[in-house]
Amino acid sequence: MTDSAINIENQPLTRYTGSQLLIKLLERQGVTHVSGVPGGANLPIYDALTGSGIEHVLARHEQGAGFIAQGMARASGKAQVCFASSGPGATNLVTAVADARMDSVPLIAITGQVPQNMIGTDAFQEIDTFGLMLPITKHNWMVRSAEELLEVIPRAFEIALSGRPGPVSVDIPKDVQKETIELEYLPEPGRRGDNPLFESHLVASMLEKIKNAKKPILMIGGGIGYADAASELVKFAEQLDLPAVQTLMGLGILPHDHPLSLGMLGMHGAPYTNLVLEECDLVVGLGVRFDDRATGKVTEFCPQAEIVHVDIDHSEIDKIMRSSLSIRADVGEVLEMANGMLVPLTRPIWRKRVEQLKTNYPLILEGEDELFRPYGAIKAVASLLDDSVSVTTDVGQHQMWVAQAYPFDRAGQWISSGGLGTMGFGLPAAIGMALVQPERKVICFSGDGSFLMNIQELATAAEHDLDIKIIILNNRHLGLVRQQQSLFYNRNLSAVKFQQNVDYALTATAMGMKGVDLSTATNPLQELKSALLEPGPCVINLPINETEMVFPMVAPGGANREMIYGEGA
Amino acid sequence: MSSEKISLLKLTVNNHPGVMAHVCGLFARRAYNLEGVMVRPIAGSSRQRSRMWLLVNEEDRLQQLIRQTEKLVDVISVEQQELEGSIFEQTEAFFA
Repeated sequence: MTDSAINIENQPLTRYTGSQLLIKLLERQGVTHVSGVPGGANLPIYDALTGSGIEHVLARHEQGAGFIAQGMARASGKAQVCFASSGPGATNLVTAVADARMDSVPLIAITGQVPQNMIGTDAFQEIDTFGLMLPITKHNWMVRSAEELLEVIPRAFEIALSGRPGPVSVDIPKDVQKETIELEYLPEPGRRGDNPLFESHLVASMLEKIKNAKKPILMIGGGIGYADAASELVKFAEQLDLPAVQTLMGLGILPHDHPLSLGMLGMHGAPYTNLVLEECDLVVGLGVRFDDRATGKVTEFCPQAEIVHVDIDHSEIDKIMRSSLSIRADVGEVLEMANGMLVPLTRPIWRKRVEQLKTNYPLILEGEDELFRPYGAIKAVASLLDDSVSVTTDVGQHQMWVAQAYPFDRAGQWISSGGLGTMGFGLPAAIGMALVQPERKVICFSGDGSFLMNIQELATAAEHDLDIKIIILNNRHLGLVRQQQSLFYNRNLSAVKFQQNVDYALTATAMGMKGVDLSTATNPLQELKSALLEPGPCVINLPINETEMVFPMVAPGGANREMIYGEGA
Repeated sequence: MSSEKISLLKLTVNNHPGVMAHVCGLFARRAYNLEGVMVRPIAGSSRQRSRMWLLVNEEDRLQQLIRQTEKLVDVISVEQQELEGSIFEQTEAFFA
């Protein structure tokens, strides 16, 4: 028997159920791990999974399963699979799928569905998964026969990985999972398709515009990471002496201490970063989508500047910012061509002005020497580790503090829920990262609000004994909401305080892993160090004051030049 | 129907379940104004393909709308067409 697609005469027929065929096709795609939760409508799939080489990661909630697969996908660049049953299984996956869509993550969500003869009858655990997944995926299917799997599964991988990556969903009714089919051979695995072609004269025009600009800026985003083009980007920026601002998704592509790095722009960007953008005369956006958290009020973003936009997604071109030149292409291919064509130059006057702004309007990290202050905690953690560690965050103040202060040095070093902003992302994403990068320690920065949203996955992390350290910057509040209420709602603090405190160290112990509470430690820095450095999962509770804020801050809808500063600034 | 802002789009799409949902879902979630839809299988395509005529009211965002529509996996092509003599003009009597 052979799996080869080459048709040989008298090829013996192999008999599969739909479920066996699904697992076989996933194996042929190179899938090594699947996260998921079994249930009534995907029982045949789980039956077929035993005996397969695929390692299953049993999550404690389908949203956890979705974010574990996302962590694997973001860390590996490969499409990754999660399983859920019908009804609540599918609805619980929805948030992780929507999150993958916003951040362009190749996630493949495979759900069980009630048998076809029961569809439309409001059967037990029946839900319109096709309809739910439709607006939040690149494409989605309901599979109507085992034979259709032969086309759908390779296509699912191809679509998830091609062009701008993103999630797909495959809904498989239970009768299709059980249907038997006899096959001579199996289809080739689905692969990333060819990138769109682009014309070299566009790259020449881009270089011309950069050469003629007096105050050019690069704006670099997640697309560069997905194109695996960080080294081409560094070369490009250095050869043309171009200062670069980074979006949240682009952090780490330029090492934090690179002389051309201007850190993150936008709502919580450094003062000098946003002020440089006020003065620049050309913005070259590479793998960015001009998200509102980055641009602030769009009509006042980079008021002096012409825009050049390179993106693989045609519909991103001119969606938010009208460009004078655009290239629809893989940003890595464009940079590679540009690096082969460009004539190196320096711009001492502009660089000097940028340095001047950097000196005059620095990012002030208040309390960066104090362990029980946000920036101090993040700096302390970073100083105890090297850049081999990977980092995830949840969503909220801690996420922005990490984005501002953690010294990221490589593309892919950190992952975070950027577009959708999903609290509860951090822990399961860290599990996924640790599964595909067993050689790396994973640090998950969280807040007490976010952490509680997928806390059940502590048991999953303990079960796999993963080297994950969860640091809870614990202010006993929904901090970023509190901050907005303080700044924009007249300090009317509404529903942001957790009246009931949780003992996170004790919770960790109860879930089967080590827990450390730095608030009761006699030598907190020493305890932090030993907790971080020893292998294995651990929760570290680090109390901070609820009055801490993320500064600077641009009011939602405001122009980036109108930054609100803290009292210390 | 004489409005300057109205555009006519001719789509060739795969003919299988869910395609209408993908196209109409896109228009709904991006808040594109859809004034009319006509769709039938393409003659001679063995029911593999359908032709979809869309009447849209999106002067400023038309390029964006076309690019988003082109991204749909089951959409094979999108062309802008003249409104004059179109299926919508010919069937006006049915919508009186």
